[in-house]
Amino acid sequence: MDHFPLSWGRPRNDALDAFNTYPMHKRPTHHDTFADGVQRTQQPIVTGTSVLAIKYKDGIMMAADTLASYGSLARFKSIQRLHTVGSSTVLGASGDLSDFQYIQSLMEDLIIEEHTAGDHHELGPAEIHEYLAQVLYSRRTKMDPLWNSLVVGGRKDSKNFLAYVDLLGTTYSSSSIATGYGAYIAVPLLRNAVDGRENTLTEEEARKIIVDCMRVLFYRDARSLNKFQISTVTDAGVTISEPIQLETTWSFAEGIRGYGAQTQ
Amino acid sequence: MPDGSFSHPQQRQFNPYTENGGTILAIAGKDFSVIAGDTRQSEGYSIQTRYAPKVFRLTDRAVLAVNGFAADGNMFVKKVQQRLEWYRHAHAKDMPLGAIARLIQTMLYGRRFFPYYVYNILGGIEEDGTGAVYSFDPVGSYEREACRAAGAAQSLVQPFLDNQIYFKNQQAPAGQSHPLHLPLSDVLAIVIDSFTSATERHIEVGDGLEIYVVLTKGRPTQDLEGYRGVKELTTRPDGDRVFLIQRELKKD
Amino acid sequence: MAATSAYNSPGFDFSNTYRNQFLADRGVPLPKATSTGTTIVGCLFKDGIVLGADTRATEGPIVADKNCEKIHFISDNIRCCGAGTAADTEFTTALISSNIEMHALTTGRKPRVVTAMTMLKQMLFRYQGNIGAALVLGGVDITGPQLFTIHPHGSTDKLPYVTMGSGSLAAMAIFESQWKPDMEREEALHLVTLAISAGIFNDLGSGSNVDACVITASGTEMLRNFVKPNERVEKERRYVFRRGTTAIKEEKVRRWVVDEEEVTPVGGEEMDTS
Repeated sequence: MDHFPLSWGRPRNDALDAFNTYPMHKRPTHHDTFADGVQRTQQPIVTGTSVLAIKYKDGIMMAADTLASYGSLARFKSIQRLHTVGSSTVLGASGDLSDFQYIQSLMEDLIIEEHTAGDHHELGPAEIHEYLAQVLYSRRTKMDPLWNSLVVGGRKDSKNFLAYVDLLGTTYSSSSIATGYGAYIAVPLLRNAVDGRENTLTEEEARKIIVDCMRVLFYRDARSLNKFQISTVTDAGVTISEPIQLETTWSFAEGIRGYGAQTQ
Repeated sequence: MPDGSFSHPQQRQFNPYTENGGTILAIAGKDFSVIAGDTRQSEGYSIQTRYAPKVFRLTDRAVLAVNGFAADGNMFVKKVQQRLEWYRHAHAKDMPLGAIARLIQTMLYGRRFFPYYVYNILGGIEEDGTGAVYSFDPVGSYEREACRAAGAAQSLVQPFLDNQIYFKNQQAPAGQSHPLHLPLSDVLAIVIDSFTSATERHIEVGDGLEIYVVLTKGRPTQDLEGYRGVKELTTRPDGDRVFLIQRELKKD
Repeated sequence: MAATSAYNSPGFDFSNTYRNQFLADRGVPLPKATSTGTTIVGCLFKDGIVLGADTRATEGPIVADKNCEKIHFISDNIRCCGAGTAADTEFTTALISSNIEMHALTTGRKPRVVTAMTMLKQMLFRYQGNIGAALVLGGVDITGPQLFTIHPHGSTDKLPYVTMGSGSLAAMAIFESQWKPDMEREEALHLVTLAISAGIFNDLGSGSNVDACVITASGTEMLRNFVKPNERVEKERRYVFRRGTTAIKEEKVRRWVVDEEEVTPVGGEEMDTS
C-alpha cells in the first residue's frame, strides 16, 4: 500500500520513484477517485489587486481599491477589501475574495470567542497576524490554500505593527508593505518615502504618499480602479474612509502620435 | 508548437513551496561557536523585507540558523523552541546541544514525505565546553562539523571556508602544521568577509548581517570588545554566554 | 528544405524552430546565455533625451559583471540601452550602428532615430523574438528629440518616458509620480538617476552603479558611472598566500626545443631536361 499522502491507500508502484526522492509538488499526480466530491481552491476566481500599507508617527495607514475582478473583467466595482478586526487592527486582502470573506468570518468568530472569555484581554494586531499566519500555513500544508495575500496593520499599547502573510504562510514585517502589483510598483516609492521616517511622518504626509502610490498603481495596474479606501489605526482606534475618487491627469497623451515613424 | 499553444491541457497543481533566498553559515572554535545569517528575505526578483532574522537563540548555549522556505523555517524554529520549553519543564535545565541536534533530526525526518524545505545549521557549546556546529539536510541527515555554509550562496561561501578554515589546498610551511582551531577574531573576520563577498556576487544576499557568538562558560570576552554594538543575550549567569553582533550589508 | 521548395507554403520557414524543439525534447538544451536582469530608462526633457541604465549583469542568481555598460553607441546623436540577453543586445546594436553609419554615408545626411528604430524592429521581427533584445532607443535628430522602446518581437512604443528590464516597474513608478513636461537638463538627469536607483535597490536583477547619457542638439554626453552608490566595502582580512602554499606533487621538465640538423645534399641524380 502507498502511504504517501496524495496516493494513500492505493497500490504502490515501485517501478516509479521507489524511494520517494522527488519533492511532493514534483511527483506525478494520481487520479483521485473522490476528486469530484472535494473542491479546493486551485486558482483564484474573483480577485482583488494590491493592498498598500505604511507605518507613520501616530499609527499605520492602509489602502486598497474597491475593485473585484473576474479574470480581466471588472466584475464588482464597490467591494471593500479593508476589514476591521477588534479595536486596534485592520486587515487588508488581495487575491481570492471568497476566501477573504471566509477569513472575515473566522475573524468574527475569533473576536467573539475572545470577548466571551470575559477576561478583558483584547487581541492586538500581532496576535491577529500570528493567528492568520497559522491558519494560512496549515491550509497550505493541507494542500488546500486560502488564496490570499494579507496585510495586517495596527497600533496597540502605543506600538505600531505592520506585517504580511500569504497563501503559503510566508510572513514578514516591514515599515512599508504592498501586495500584488504593488510589490513591484508601490514598494519602491513607499521605501523612498517611509524608510527612516517611520516616527516622524505626519498623517497628512502619510496620506499623500499613499494617494500618490494608488494613483501610480491605477496608471499601471490593468486590474485596478480609480476608487479606493484608506484606513488608519491610531491610539484613537480604527477608521476606514468612504471610497475616494482618484484625481488623474492624461494631458501628456495629447502630444503622442503613433508608435514609430508617424507624425500625424 | 514550440510556444506551447497546442500542447496538451495540463492541470496546474498548487505548489506549497517557494524559496526566500539568503545565506547562513556557522564556524566552531575550540571554546566558542559563531553562527551567522543575512537578513534579506526575497521572492523572485523582489525584496520582501530587508530585516527578517534567520538565526535564532534557542538556549544560552545553542543557536539555530534556518534557510530555505521562510514559512517552513519559522514554523520549524517555533516547534523546536516549543520542544525545548517542554524539556525545561520536565528536566529543569536546558537541553544539551547534542540532544537538540538529535531532536532536530527526528523532527525533520518526521516530515520525510512532505519535508520542511529548510536547511538547518545548529551551533553552540557542547557539554564538554567545546564549540560545535551541526548541519542538516531538509529530511534530517546530519553531521557535526567545524564549519558549514548553506543557502543561496553556499556554492560561493563553502569553498572559501574549506580553504580558510580547513586549509584545503594550502600546504603548511615545512615542519609546521595548520592550527586545528582559529582564534575568535580570525573567525569573525572570515565570517564578515564571507558575507560581504557573497553580497557582491549573489543577488539574494545582502541588507543586513546578524552574527551570534556563543562562548563557553568562563571564557574571557576581550576579543569581542573591538566590535561595536555587541549585545549580550545570555539569560542566566555563570553559564555559557550568547552575544549578537549586527552589521549592515549592501542593499542593491 | 530546399528540395521541397516547390511545395512549400509561402511565408516564414520554421523548420529550425522544430529542430530546436525536437533537440530540447531529446534532452539537448540550447546553451544558456548571460541575461542582463536590468533597469534601463529613457526620459524626454526640454532640450533632448536622458538615457539611464544600471550596471549589473547576471547569470541566474550570480552577478556576472558588477560594472557592465548597457548604453550602447548607435551614432554620434543616437544611443541605445539594452536589456535581455547580453550578447543579443550587444550584437544587434553594433550591427544597426554599422548599418546606420553606412546609411549616413550613402545619403550624406545625419542619421535619424526613426531610421535606427525601424532597422531594429524589422530585424527583431524577422527573428520572431528569438533575439532576446529589449531596447530603449533615444537620440536627437533633425526632427528633434526622439525616444522609443523596442520589444524582442519587434513592436515599438513612442512615449515621453520609458523603462525596460526586470526593474522597469520600479523605475516607471518614479516616472509616473515625478515626470513633468519641459524639464531642465539637471532635473531630468536627477529624475533618471532616481528611476535607475529605484531599480538598483528594489529589483534583485539590477544593481551597482548608475550610467547616464544626455543627448541634445549640441552634442552627446556619456556619463559613465554617474552615481556609484554601491562601492565595495573593505575586507576585514588580507588574503595573501605565503609563497609555497601550493603543494608541488610532481616535477617534470620537458625540452620543447626540437633539435635540428641541417643536411646539404651533394650530387644526386641529374635533372631531366629532355
